[in-house]
Amino acid sequence: MSTLSHRPASTEPMGAAQGNGAQGLVGLSAPRVDARAKATGEAKYAGDLQIPGLAYGKVLRSPYAHARIVRIDASRAQALPGVIAVLTGDDVLDINPYYGHAIKDRPLIAIDRVRFVGEPVAAVAAEDPQTAAEALELIEVEYEELPAAITLDAALAEDAPRLHVTELLKPGLFHGLGELKPQPGNICYHHAFARGDVEEAFAKADIVVEGEYHFPAVYQYSMEPHTTIAQWGDGEITVWSSCQHPFLVRAEIADLFGLPVANVRIVVPYLGGGFGSKSYTKLEPLTVALARKARRPVRIANTVDEAMVTTRRHGMKAWMRTAASADGRLLAREVRCWFDTGAYADNGPRVVATGADAAPGPYRWEAVKVDSWGVYTNTSPAGSYRAFGATHLQWIGEAQVDEIARRCGLDALQIRERNLLRPGEAVRPGGKPLDADLIGDIQKVAAALDWGTPKPANVGRGLSVGLLAAGAHPVSTAFARLEADGTATLYVSSTEVGQGVRTVFSQILATELALPVERVRVQGGDTLVTPYDRSTGASRSTTLAGLAVQRAGQELRAKLLEIAARVFGLPEEAIELRDGAAWHEGESISYPDLIRAHFGMVGGELIGRGEVRPEKGTGSYAEGPVFWEVCIGGAEVEVDPDTGKVTVRKAVSVADVGKAINPRLVKAQEMGGWLQGLGNALFEEMIYDEQTGQILNATLFDYHVPTIADLPASFVSTIVENEDGPGPYGAKGVGEGALAGATAAIVTALYDAGVRVTELPATPERVWRWLRERDSAAAGGAQSARE
Amino acid sequence: MIDRLDTRETESVPATGEAATTIRLETVVNGRPVSAEIEPRTLLLDFLRDRLGLTGAKRSCDVQVCGVCTVLLDGKPVSACSTLAYEAHGREVLTIEGLARFGELHPIQQAFMERTAIQCGFCTPGMILTTKALLDENPRPTREEIAAYLGGNLCRCTGYWMIIEAVEHAARLMAGEEDRS
Repeated sequence: MSTLSHRPASTEPMGAAQGNGAQGLVGLSAPRVDARAKATGEAKYAGDLQIPGLAYGKVLRSPYAHARIVRIDASRAQALPGVIAVLTGDDVLDINPYYGHAIKDRPLIAIDRVRFVGEPVAAVAAEDPQTAAEALELIEVEYEELPAAITLDAALAEDAPRLHVTELLKPGLFHGLGELKPQPGNICYHHAFARGDVEEAFAKADIVVEGEYHFPAVYQYSMEPHTTIAQWGDGEITVWSSCQHPFLVRAEIADLFGLPVANVRIVVPYLGGGFGSKSYTKLEPLTVALARKARRPVRIANTVDEAMVTTRRHGMKAWMRTAASADGRLLAREVRCWFDTGAYADNGPRVVATGADAAPGPYRWEAVKVDSWGVYTNTSPAGSYRAFGATHLQWIGEAQVDEIARRCGLDALQIRERNLLRPGEAVRPGGKPLDADLIGDIQKVAAALDWGTPKPANVGRGLSVGLLAAGAHPVSTAFARLEADGTATLYVSSTEVGQGVRTVFSQILATELALPVERVRVQGGDTLVTPYDRSTGASRSTTLAGLAVQRAGQELRAKLLEIAARVFGLPEEAIELRDGAAWHEGESISYPDLIRAHFGMVGGELIGRGEVRPEKGTGSYAEGPVFWEVCIGGAEVEVDPDTGKVTVRKAVSVADVGKAINPRLVKAQEMGGWLQGLGNALFEEMIYDEQTGQILNATLFDYHVPTIADLPASFVSTIVENEDGPGPYGAKGVGEGALAGATAAIVTALYDAGVRVTELPATPERVWRWLRERDSAAAGGAQSARE
Repeated sequence: MIDRLDTRETESVPATGEAATTIRLETVVNGRPVSAEIEPRTLLLDFLRDRLGLTGAKRSCDVQVCGVCTVLLDGKPVSACSTLAYEAHGREVLTIEGLARFGELHPIQQAFMERTAIQCGFCTPGMILTTKALLDENPRPTREEIAAYLGGNLCRCTGYWMIIEAVEHAARLMAGEEDRS
């Protein structure tokens, strides 16, 4: 491989930062608070937990994409020594077993019918995993195969088999998308908007670019596959689970099993990655039902092939056309896109809506029309994966912008400078206006790519910029305890999924309390102990839960000042909090002494609370988003014309984050997101057999994720801090933008190298084919693409 | 090694379930002699995690692609998910739990912490142990050599750049050099 020349981020202040009044720790790359536990193997993940009496669950999964279950005979499995319980659909008929946070379309175990290969049909709890696996082979299931719709085209056909009686489906607890109207056929959800007169704009346009595009299903591959332990007893359910959104899981479990939410406890250990794959409810209902039958705590741990059929990124088909004037003014865009949500909705409706929002791109249009549909197919369910929506649509829109630039004689930077939205302009009617300096951002990308300088043959450079509706619903709470010894504990339910949320929160609280960061401890999510947080995803934790943490710190700070004023006998304004003490001129009283003075004993504690809720309106999707996450990237690629192989020579990211509370962690997000974007652009694709619905590459042998050998030769990342975010200190979220930006930048760089990408991933075979098409078109006298 | 096995300190691990045929495994794990009755089919990963409670080695791909189950067998990295426990008979196993000595971190652990080469942490034990094998063989690897040696360890979070930085930093720390780069 070529030389790795990533510019180390060593200029950032690092190390043992000390709290020194307001903003003391903000902007410092404090070391991760969980690094030691993770470097020593002490960090516990769900699969590492042992609880007394634990039984081991295994799941029997459907081999058919669509079938009626005629008969299940579990008697031989039940009789196997070591088997504690066998669960089938018959065991959950005393409850309403349908769940789904958007649409309640999914039974927690198949009832009479299976709708995808891999759907749970039965589950066994046994004394050890081997016995559970053996028992699965003793369960006899008789199926009657039904016609299946594996692809989008098959599911959208007039005579397609229907997966659901959509008219009868009930909305879930957390779709947040207004009224969900019943849809015809296999349509799960439709999201549309329009403004201006699209037909008129296209009629007067000098340039129109139009095309059909395909994006594949992608596996998130969090390295820790989903793992859940459930315990049932005495009207209470306890679940330890690798989940990103414990409170939403709690609500769904309580709803399914008919308990008050207070009787359901979700404990979240460290997560081995998530990337959206552990958002919302996954293995938890099935594990709870199995534990209920077994009357024992049960663990179900997915293998990788099971994780692949648990959730994935939506495949998508899109048609897009863009109109412009001859001098390069973008006029109008029309988009129709169909998202393959698989057999159940999961987070499909929100993906469909977010994709619609990303489709126009961040440009000033006279007219826009977008229709976005979610479609049920007989494949494994699709849900969230990092930067959903933006990753699906940005590469398409940006490639069309580049084609327009070529036709009107502008370069890719010029056309963007001319048409990008400016701060304060409307992104969509009624929603949050633009809160970022996109032109400044894209110029930084161009500079990092040495834009405009000569480049070798077969090398292309590309820019991309887009927006992602981020933040989800703005509800987060936190509280903090300042103990009698002057240490602080923070209670917040954001999941430490690897992004470093506990580190950032400890910096925020330490800053507000003027404490050294080492004296702040962050408690992991446990719904019995830590307060409500809507979710960990949509790049929301620093911005929203972080704001709740800051407010909890501010309340504690106010209490400290009030006590100090009393003890000093001075007005609060005369007192400063610094280094864990209250100061007046040269005199100080430590926090422990203040707390002792307040309670009259060595003991007691001060509590501060923080709450974030919609500042106006209801916080609905239509009113949002909380902020627009900037999805921006640059790439320089080299194409081998003989093999079609694409090599990324240079990766560029700009993190427009408002304020980087921990710059090193921001860069870590950018680098990780970029490499996932590279995988999405160049080789990641779940391949379904179009007849049987089986996944043909369901192991990591066959499904290639980026390895260290796939690294671009260099990576340049710039952090932009305009303090224009709604979070603490002007921060806004990061983590997803780099992925969508990278995928699209690789596509536009390929365009610059003469490759018209219409389908991802851009595998060597496809790139080679597109090059041949280009060459034969050129030979035929047609205008060739720019070299 | 086994011929120096001190029986007074040997940990005897009882078999679970109604094992049909068992064999005796005698090995050294993290410097401690271990003697156990095991089923021949027992995987090294299950033995370490379920019998010895050493959960630092993780399970992910099950097919020797991802590297999260990496442990060192006589100093060489192996995928414990695809290695029979009995293959450790008469040999020494090092897991992440055995790397720090008396609470003092190994320089590679220190380097991964200082260079933010850790995010979710699931790949970290395997990455660190593979790095140890690399640096024991080749104390000053080039970036290309690092990338080649770590090719069997996936990381989905970091994008690898900070891991490469950490390995270089560890090499300097192990050589006793001041490293403020």
